[in-house]
Amino acid sequence: MAKKSGKVLVVGGGIAGIQTALDLAELGYYVYLVEKKATIGGVMAKLDKTFPTNDCSI
Amino acid sequence: MVEAGRSPNIEILTLAEVESLSGKPGKFKAKVKIRPRYIDPDKCTACGQCMQYCPREAVDEYNERLDFTRAARIDFPQAVPTAYYIDEDRCLQLNHETCMICTNVCGPKAIDFNQEPEIRELEVGAVVLCPGFGNVPEEALTKYGYGIYPDVMTSLEIERLMCVSGPTEGEIIRPSDFSHPRKIAFLQCVGSRDVSCGRPFCSSVCCMYAMKEASMLKEHAPEAEIALFFMDVRTQGKGFDAAFERAVDKYGFRVIKARVPKVEQVDGRLALNYVTEEGTVHRELFDLVVLSVGLSAPEGAEELAKKFGIELNPFGFAKTEVKDPLTAKSGIYVAGAFHGPKDIPESVMQASGAAAKVSELLAEARGQDMVEKEFPPEDQELLEMPVRVGVFVCHCGVNIAGVVDVEAVRDYAKSLPGVVYAENVLYSCAQDSLEKLKEKIKEHKLNRLVIAACSPRTHEPLFQETLREAGLNLALVEMANIRDQCSWVHADDPEKATQKAKDQVRMAVAKARRLKPLELQKVKVTPSALVIGGGAAGMAAALSIADQGYEVHLVEKEAELGGHLRRVKFLAEGENPQKILKDLITRVEKHENIRVYKSASVENISGYVGNFTSTIKVKEGSKVINHGVVVVATGAKEHKPSGYLYGKNRKILTQLELEEKLSRGKRGLGKTRRVVMIQCAGSRGEELPHCSKLCCQQAVKNALRIKELSPETEVFIFYRDMRTYGFYEELYRKARNQGVIFLRYEPTQRPEVLKKGRGIVVRGYDALLGEEIEIPADLVVLSVGVAPDKENPIAQILKTPMTDEGFLMEAHVKLRPVEVAVDGVYICGLAHGPKPLEETLAQAKAAAGKAVIPLAKGFVEVPPIVSRVEEKKCIGCGICASLCPYNAIEMVKKEKRRKAQVIAAACKGCGVCGSHCPVFAITLGGFTDEAILEQIQAFGLPEAEESKEAELEKEAA
Repeated sequence: MAKKSGKVLVVGGGIAGIQTALDLAELGYYVYLVEKKATIGGVMAKLDKTFPTNDCSI
Repeated sequence: MVEAGRSPNIEILTLAEVESLSGKPGKFKAKVKIRPRYIDPDKCTACGQCMQYCPREAVDEYNERLDFTRAARIDFPQAVPTAYYIDEDRCLQLNHETCMICTNVCGPKAIDFNQEPEIRELEVGAVVLCPGFGNVPEEALTKYGYGIYPDVMTSLEIERLMCVSGPTEGEIIRPSDFSHPRKIAFLQCVGSRDVSCGRPFCSSVCCMYAMKEASMLKEHAPEAEIALFFMDVRTQGKGFDAAFERAVDKYGFRVIKARVPKVEQVDGRLALNYVTEEGTVHRELFDLVVLSVGLSAPEGAEELAKKFGIELNPFGFAKTEVKDPLTAKSGIYVAGAFHGPKDIPESVMQASGAAAKVSELLAEARGQDMVEKEFPPEDQELLEMPVRVGVFVCHCGVNIAGVVDVEAVRDYAKSLPGVVYAENVLYSCAQDSLEKLKEKIKEHKLNRLVIAACSPRTHEPLFQETLREAGLNLALVEMANIRDQCSWVHADDPEKATQKAKDQVRMAVAKARRLKPLELQKVKVTPSALVIGGGAAGMAAALSIADQGYEVHLVEKEAELGGHLRRVKFLAEGENPQKILKDLITRVEKHENIRVYKSASVENISGYVGNFTSTIKVKEGSKVINHGVVVVATGAKEHKPSGYLYGKNRKILTQLELEEKLSRGKRGLGKTRRVVMIQCAGSRGEELPHCSKLCCQQAVKNALRIKELSPETEVFIFYRDMRTYGFYEELYRKARNQGVIFLRYEPTQRPEVLKKGRGIVVRGYDALLGEEIEIPADLVVLSVGVAPDKENPIAQILKTPMTDEGFLMEAHVKLRPVEVAVDGVYICGLAHGPKPLEETLAQAKAAAGKAVIPLAKGFVEVPPIVSRVEEKKCIGCGICASLCPYNAIEMVKKEKRRKAQVIAAACKGCGVCGSHCPVFAITLGGFTDEAILEQIQAFGLPEAEESKEAELEKEAA
């Protein structure tokens, strides 16, 4: 069988996609994070403050 | 976000979409189309000239169309990648071949109108789909007057309006006349729980975000009166109920149980007509109406499904199974709102879980395509030079600069001893600013840095890494938190806030001058895991870690594996839980990487991340094992209520006891003609403070099962709020259609179970009828909730904090939902909080994913802020060891004398030891006595100067 690739495609650069990419990178994989907009961040980057810590979302 | 932008192992492709996917798991080929940005991100310095001179306006989508932006733009200053782009649809040059102004003003010549779309072929082993969520249909909004009356706004528009970097700089104004709204209404379930617009499901997150937005609105405009209109208050998440109640108390919100049918405009205000539960009709005027808009499936979900060959559920979200909740199909995984509406903690958890799934599949290829991040060697010459401090004062947009006079702070910094350079930065954490920071270090030969910005808690690691990239030791940076401590708390007094910022900068500079380089240590990791608890969560976590290629020790206190799941007979989703359980047990027992210890308990755990040693008590005696990480999945118990005649009459059961009966089919029900269920029999403030999250869907599931077995049996359910969130809402609807009767009660009027003659009756108050009713019952079923193990011995051994309710506390609710305060320890399942099986299994994967990170790396890096014992001074009294909250100090014999020794990997740098050492033998890296004293002295300085000046003035007078 052909050798498996150590690279992963993550589709969507919102909080879920970013977290997946970060964890995969830490687990020893190379990640392509594909986002259709001009910046990653998704909806969470639009939120002013997040519950419950009221941290800035960015 | 910035972290993802900086990782050498994450390649971000923006303006990109996957065109097609071929191949098989382990070896896919993806074709990705990248649209032109027209600005070269490598050349762009994000100076903003292009946007400033761009003559073409465009609607600002980032600001929810509340504002205008330009065709050449960046969505927000902290955007990653930090590069501008040109809007193809709006740009004059691209559409009319005339303009080119941006090209002429761009200093670094980054603008390139000749860019063409690019197709890239990527070879990947697995795919994770995280496309998020989409918009609700237009008609769901227009029926409430959105788009017709300007003062009807969506919840996301409110977010932008409240944001200091938003269109109004955080001022809450009505779009119609720019006045400050006095009365604000939140309408829940807009585009959710609404069959008419094809969105019958519950969006799960809106109740909570409405409460958050209402609270933030009150902070911005304390005089505003806010009313929230709910059908049910669905704050089922961990700690959410308590937060909701606190907010209602603190801000005086009116919580109204009513669904408002429509909004009308009357004399510039908005009229709501609604009927409350008692049947009274109300008409009330508001200045602003906020629609709590639900979460729909992402746009283009069908096309996406086709491209990747996956299935969707009837509502357009990814279709998955409970037993493997993050797998869309082999090699293709999902996380986040595409899996179903969910909040940030759930999404983050699923993301870690999906990463674990990938890591199971591609275990053999781990590390193969990884790029190591290398730092340049430390510049010894620079370090040996006399102290040269650089001060960077951050605007944080208007967050700091809106209050503090940052230019004055910068000029003041320049006058301080040791400072050779000072400047202002718009956003010091933005990627381009960090690049510039490195350049400035080189240019001005800076060897100590002061960043006057926000909290070191969130941003210090970022600046430390930047220093390392610039060839400086990471310990040579000091932060002054002039945002939290100046502009935020003294927003009403800019002058004093500026003065305080100067004081803080002076103190930081004084300390920075004394900073010394610290060594970053690496500790080897034992490549195995201890999983405590052999229920669904523990087994799923153990299997994932084992599949990822590491040894697992699984400890279960009972004689059999399975835990709580052994008693669950049906699932709301329709799958067979006993089959899921059997599969888990078989796989666990057969797995070559898993060692199972049954009828066993963990007696002791010592050590720290990477190097734990534990004693497991088994029947035959004790066993000592070494392991690198710990997963705690100790579960919880079914609550046993003290009231409701429970345990005193065999007609009174819990939901799990009912399931046991129902699993025997119609026989189990016998001649039961009428069943009365009571929700929150224990939960939400009766005996348990929390909401148990799973009981509502459990009750509905069992009610439907009763109806299926015996359609003529009547089922009544007393409830407070039906919390059938997400797709469970479908079951709730089905139950009502099948004649299950739902009766709402107030917490002040809980139903009672009474003996009457030979029978049992339930007496309760029906909020709809407005009167007390008595229902004779053949069976009373109590939804008793989930009780945590308050004396959880494992939590005590590990010294990991618990919530007030008795569940294990996560390190950060949103960003680190499966980690705890102690490094190397991960949590999942009911021990973390009540949740249904699907969420437990996803969380178990997440814990496994996180737990494997140190195992896969093979080492852990110890942050340099740890204690150090000066052995000569140490008198071996042991005070420090007894006080250390992290078990990070051990007493050892050295040349026949007792000495304290710090376990660097376990030390959190809290400093308790140092402050209690009677002989000053302990210092904390980065916080030496010398530096702190210097900092304190600097605090007193200006006063001394001022008093001197005052004296001089007096003398002159």
